[in-house]
Amino acid sequence: MKTLARLFRFGRPYRWLLVYGVTSMAVLSGIGMARPYLTKLLIDLVIVGGQYRYLLWLSLAVVGVSAARGIFNFLRQYLSHLYGQKVVYDLRNALYERLQYLSFSYYDTAQTGQLMSRLTGDVEATRTFLSFGFIHMMDFFFMLSFVLVILFSLDWRLTLASLAAMPFLAVVVMFFDKRVRPAFSAIQQQLAVLTATIQENITGVRVVKAFARESYEVEKFSRENREFFNKNVTASNLWATFIPLMDFVSGLSATFVLWYGGRQYIHDAISLGTLVAFTSYIWTLVWTTRDLGWLLNILEQSVASGERLFEILDTPSAIKDRPGALELATVHGHVRFEKVSFSYGGEAPVLHDINLDAPPGSMVALLGTTGSGKTSIVDLIPRFYEVNAGRVLVDGHDVRQVTLASLRRHIGLALQETFLFSASIRENIAYGRPDVTDEQVIVAAKAAQAHDFIMELPNGYETMVGERGIGLSGGQKQRVAIARAIATDPRILILDDSTSSVDMETEHLIHLALREVMRDRTTFVIAHRLSTVKHADEIVVLEEGRIVERGRHDELLRSGGHYKRIYDVQFKDQEEVLGTAAGGSPAGSAEGGADR
Amino acid sequence: MSDKPPAVATPAPKAGTGRLKYDADDEILERPFDRGQFQRLLSFLVPYKRPLVVTFLLMLVNSAAMLAGPYLMKTAIDQYIMPKNLAGLNLIAIIYIAVHFISWISAHYRVKIISIVGQGVLADLRHKLFDHIQKLSFRFFDGRPAGKILVRLTNDVSALNQLLTQGIINTLTDVMTLIGIIVIIVSMHARLALISFVTLPLLILIATRLRGVIRDRWRQVRRRLSMINAHLNETLQGVRVTQAFVREKRNMAWFDGINRDYVDTWMRAIRVDSIFGPLVELTGAIGTMAVYWFGTNLLLKGGISIGTLIAFTSYLGRFWQPISNLSAFYNQLLVAMASSERVFEILDTKPDVTDRPAAKTLPTIRGRVDFKDVSFSYDNEREVLRDINFSVEPGQTVALVGHTGAGKTSIINLLARFYETVDGRIEVDGVDIRQTTLVSLRSQFGLVLQDTFIFKGTVRENIRYGRLDATDEEIEEAAKAVHAHAFIARMPQGYDTELGERGARLSVGQKQLLSFARALLADPRILILDEATSSIDTETEILVQDALRKLLEGRTSFVVAHRLSTIRGADQIIVMENGRIVEVGTHDSLMRDRGLYHSLLRAQFRTLEEAAGAE
Repeated sequence: MKTLARLFRFGRPYRWLLVYGVTSMAVLSGIGMARPYLTKLLIDLVIVGGQYRYLLWLSLAVVGVSAARGIFNFLRQYLSHLYGQKVVYDLRNALYERLQYLSFSYYDTAQTGQLMSRLTGDVEATRTFLSFGFIHMMDFFFMLSFVLVILFSLDWRLTLASLAAMPFLAVVVMFFDKRVRPAFSAIQQQLAVLTATIQENITGVRVVKAFARESYEVEKFSRENREFFNKNVTASNLWATFIPLMDFVSGLSATFVLWYGGRQYIHDAISLGTLVAFTSYIWTLVWTTRDLGWLLNILEQSVASGERLFEILDTPSAIKDRPGALELATVHGHVRFEKVSFSYGGEAPVLHDINLDAPPGSMVALLGTTGSGKTSIVDLIPRFYEVNAGRVLVDGHDVRQVTLASLRRHIGLALQETFLFSASIRENIAYGRPDVTDEQVIVAAKAAQAHDFIMELPNGYETMVGERGIGLSGGQKQRVAIARAIATDPRILILDDSTSSVDMETEHLIHLALREVMRDRTTFVIAHRLSTVKHADEIVVLEEGRIVERGRHDELLRSGGHYKRIYDVQFKDQEEVLGTAAGGSPAGSAEGGADR
Repeated sequence: MSDKPPAVATPAPKAGTGRLKYDADDEILERPFDRGQFQRLLSFLVPYKRPLVVTFLLMLVNSAAMLAGPYLMKTAIDQYIMPKNLAGLNLIAIIYIAVHFISWISAHYRVKIISIVGQGVLADLRHKLFDHIQKLSFRFFDGRPAGKILVRLTNDVSALNQLLTQGIINTLTDVMTLIGIIVIIVSMHARLALISFVTLPLLILIATRLRGVIRDRWRQVRRRLSMINAHLNETLQGVRVTQAFVREKRNMAWFDGINRDYVDTWMRAIRVDSIFGPLVELTGAIGTMAVYWFGTNLLLKGGISIGTLIAFTSYLGRFWQPISNLSAFYNQLLVAMASSERVFEILDTKPDVTDRPAAKTLPTIRGRVDFKDVSFSYDNEREVLRDINFSVEPGQTVALVGHTGAGKTSIINLLARFYETVDGRIEVDGVDIRQTTLVSLRSQFGLVLQDTFIFKGTVRENIRYGRLDATDEEIEEAAKAVHAHAFIARMPQGYDTELGERGARLSVGQKQLLSFARALLADPRILILDEATSSIDTETEILVQDALRKLLEGRTSFVVAHRLSTIRGADQIIVMENGRIVEVGTHDSLMRDRGLYHSLLRAQFRTLEEAAGAE
């Protein structure tokens, strides 16, 4: 109930639409009651009573009632849909806004599929309730009271007698409703499983084929397919059991009215018109009762859906502007980490006591094994996550004390797992600064070594990419993403393993170009290849969230730690090929892998 | 969208990357009726002939029982109530109950049987499709995004559900009901029946014309909705990029636009939709008025009885629903035509790599591989491999070296017979791979790709994918051998940790290690590593090197890699350029020859030199 109340509060600006809609519905039901009564009058007055003069008026009244019904029917449908749509329009916008601002930590655990089902299924269920369910629920009460008033005023004994079957019908309806709902949600769940099974099979087709697992996959699918069949048949069997039963009970009560009413007529207790009208009203009552289960279903579903939607709306964004946050107009790019510790959610800390100082124009390279905390460090600079202890400073300002938009606007970011939007390449590169000129886009693309391959595409910069465009290779996507980061003209550039799928030569060219572009700006680079890392002003080697080594290339080589070991693996090849003995590493050093 | 050229020349198609993904934004929603296609759909009902006949009979009984209602009412009024015959009234009440009872039982079995038939047909169809898709080759998947194939199996099959289950039977029921009503009222009073049909043409006109407009408007609503959904989906997937680039406000403005447009489109549809019901009702009322008017006149002249008049209006009231259903069925049919066309398109796609009629099971191989004059093209236009000849002895490691697009991955794709050669042949242990069954060939291969796929399930299940009958101990051994054990053991439930959507909780490197374990467990005779180590950081790679050596030992291996450490140890290095082999040899011999290999390596390391600065 709380959820419903909140839903209506949400739709408060449009409440008059709802009021008019419900009123139209009430009028509609009221007018509808006239039809069987006209029949009664026709029979009693004209046919049996022989008052022929009423025939014309009654016939016209039939048409008149229908016309009036038509007008109100249109009104209530139009108004209630308008109401539902307006509220859901606001709701959808509110959800969209929330989702735009929810922090990374939220998306770490949220699943796209589940969020999508909320944004589609749950929003639709809410709309159904607002523009349909609620008004019909109100109608249930209108109909019930109208019919009962009329029936009792026609003949109270006959009414009481014929109502005898109604509680029984209501019980059957409720019972059915109770049983059918879990059966349907079981179908939905199984459908989700089945869909997931198929999707996985298709996206993983290369692995399936490589391991020749087709028959295993068919077996797996077959199992889920059969289960889906079973779930469907179970639900249908409920249907097959209850719906005809309801028909039977309804038919029984109609038969009863005919029989009992017939007797009453025979005993001259009621008129023939009353009997016929009675049968009509009883049918109206029967159908109204049978709608009960369906209405309850809509109600419950919308409550559940509403709860899930409000849950999203109520999720606080873990990262947001503090009151009085500073607007960073210009940034020089001085980044400092002071005793920073960090953990994802409540989990074990992934960063311990990190201290870093990157003056404007410097380049910091982060090195370390998978899971050592490299990405966590760079994610703290644009404040995608909040530190647990210590602070991250940009130009001497704690990142928590400045507005997110002004902070992030000065940071360019390219990630390893690149996401491109379904739009043209141009739009993708201009994503961060939609107002950049075509020249700036091309400059960025050239620096990222993407210009040449873009020009070879069918429509050049206007070629559609992303899910609904052409597929680019991993390396191509990464280069577009780098161009996207550069195009924002950032003061701080972060490249998180963003050239891993680019071949060595191209990678080198990118970094040469970047040095040009990033002059006087600060760069953070995560990379595996030392060629990228080597000329950094500071190289930081991480292990399990701690800095274990730091310094310039030659310093680290001299100290002979982790860095030296990586260097040996990567550079001994070079010495062998080029026949030089640069860097002071004896060519005979261990073949790698000898450390454990 | 339509001005897109059919093919893109660059880059070279590669397993997993650089493929074409054309996705027409507007999927065809409806198709004109096609008799052949409809018959083909009906053929799926053939295995269910018997239950269908039973359902049909039950349906007849059911319809007859339904139609008996007003007639019994008429009989009751005319013959027993008006003449005040109590005993007769009792009798008719009993008959009435009996009819309801028959209706109950027949409806129960009808619904029950038809659901088994309908769901059965769907399950069959889905199974057939899935089975067929398993047989299709890479070429099929190259051209289509996964989502599109998925929709064939889910949405399109469900769209046929409506037609095949309720659709056909309900339509028969509706036709029967209509015929029944017409027969009954005409036999009750032909002239009154004709009068009551006065508004029928109008009804049919409304049903067809207005319905067409309504259908069209709702179609626009659906199109807007799918736009919204596509946008939402993309927004969720790219939310990190959005936040990183501070695009939230701009996105909101854009979304507000499509959201508003959707509401407007919806209301446009509702406006016509809301006219439909009242119009039908009004038309019906005019018919009823005519019946009242003429009926009463007739009645007063003694032409008909009161019961007849009441039964008449009752039957007329039941006339509209079947007509409305039939026009809905027509819509259903059009939708089903479009869906079935897409479903059949898949079923009719012939896999281009299949077992030949006389294909033999390949016994456990030793691992000799020969490429003999092999040429290959993905699109039958641009040759990506030309005259490839080489031989590999069992147990040898072969490294494939060359620029992006030189044809390295294509060689591997041909070897595993993911594609068929255009010219020449490939032999494994002296047997042409086209003469062997695909299963027996591929089950002796192990393949580790750059883009690792993690299935939904536990870590253990993911490794076990390599060999389904592996014990838990064997799985752990494999994991230990590739140095994956350490990070697995650190996970919350160790080997029983569930991996989410595409293994979202693992880093790229960790996924790669899992796929190593998977390959090792499979214990293949021929191992293929396609850029398998490019996503692993150097420190991890140091660990993996040793595992790799273990993995390569005693098997024929093909390695595509940039890392010299991996390449150098190879028994044979094949250097490729533009689809041709330009050099073959060992590292030492190739370095001595100072050919392409030498210059490739030099170029790479020169960049290192430059990167290192002038030292």
